[in-house]
Amino acid sequence: MNVKELAGIVNGNVLNPSVSLSGHVKGGCGADLMSDVLASVKPDAVLLTGLCNVQVVRTAQMADVRAIVFVRGKMPQTDTIAVATQEGIPLITSPFGMFELCGRLYQAGLHSLEDPVTD
Amino acid sequence: MSSLQELQGRKGRIITDKDAREISRVEELSYDLKVNEVMTRDVKTVAPELPMSNVLEILRIGRISGVPVVQNGEMAGILSIEDIVRAMEKNDLAAPVDKYMSRRVVSVNNYDSVVKAIETFSANRKGRLPVVDENGKLVGIITKGDITRGILNALQRDYHEEELRRYRASHLFEDITSDRTSLILRYDIKARDYLNGGQASSHIKRALLRLGATPQLARQCGIAIYEAEMNLIIHTDHGGTIRVQIEPHRILMQTTDDGPGIPDVTKALTPGWSTATQEVRDMGFGAGMGLVNIQRCVDKMTLDSTLGKGTKLLMEIILRPEERFKETDDPETVP
Repeated sequence: MNVKELAGIVNGNVLNPSVSLSGHVKGGCGADLMSDVLASVKPDAVLLTGLCNVQVVRTAQMADVRAIVFVRGKMPQTDTIAVATQEGIPLITSPFGMFELCGRLYQAGLHSLEDPVTD
Repeated sequence: MSSLQELQGRKGRIITDKDAREISRVEELSYDLKVNEVMTRDVKTVAPELPMSNVLEILRIGRISGVPVVQNGEMAGILSIEDIVRAMEKNDLAAPVDKYMSRRVVSVNNYDSVVKAIETFSANRKGRLPVVDENGKLVGIITKGDITRGILNALQRDYHEEELRRYRASHLFEDITSDRTSLILRYDIKARDYLNGGQASSHIKRALLRLGATPQLARQCGIAIYEAEMNLIIHTDHGGTIRVQIEPHRILMQTTDDGPGIPDVTKALTPGWSTATQEVRDMGFGAGMGLVNIQRCVDKMTLDSTLGKGTKLLMEIILRPEERFKETDDPETVP
């Protein structure tokens, strides 16, 4: 699905509508620990997170994450939105919690793009 | 025409990556471009009391098929060639415009995306749409031709800018002849500068992509250097430096700082072991996974630290044959 369709499924509000929403999302990853995201996520995922700082965007950029959804209606800092806009990463805030979001997206056909972090 | 049908009719026609990329970019542009970037601003309009015969002249001279009807600066309706035909059938060309115009006007907003205009065109089977601002005032008109032209112009702009950068950078190693060419990037990282954390890594990743690195390679390097950059920001006394040495066959990345140094390197390499403060943990870091992550991304990692002196972290990625940057004398690139 593309990011625009995803935003609809999560009842989301796109916080930087000037970036392209046509990027293709192949699966998902939910985490608040950025090192976990960097260690486990495969490319082209949507990242669901409760963390709102700039590092979320940098992590997404390094890990080729296609969109970030903030859970429970959280609003990121303005710096976060500015960096995301500059790097072309869509930010979406959704009223749902992490569990509900994972469920909705899974039902809509998105599966996990998290690899197990062993050792 | 026959060749086009042949192409479309052939089963299993392969769409190359290049085709796919261009299709999706056009799609992207139709979301990115706004109506006011492609519309025609200089709009011919007519007043409601103008006789239909005058409009016929305006359409003929301007070679257009319809005009918006404007009264006191506001849109009152739209008059198309079909309305004139109806008037002609009744031999009523002397009648005023407002007798025949359609008052239900389908319009688009000037800040709507082009894709909205395309949807409106196909839903209403219109050839042209008036463009209004947030107060409903007419500011332009848009046709399908305007959209095609606008997208082509934007594509050309994009293509020139990014392709030119990529072209120049990706030929760097081919264009320069030496016995051993390497490109060195250096970045100074400030301690506790959380806001800019990751900026250097972002520049490094982009540089690698422009040089022609595969997305996987750029991602691998990006993740490793980002963890290392965050370590400089989180743990050092005075920040440090990042040095990336790009060679056709390998990438060497190194961070150096002048303290405080790691008391027990073996412990530092244990997954989950961390000395990070709550502040750092609140930012999603400091879970003791940084060095472990780096190790997973690179072929060789060397951590050298002296307490009170500083730390040097060396990361090396050996490029697989298909990942290597093209060189002039690389025998594999000679056809």
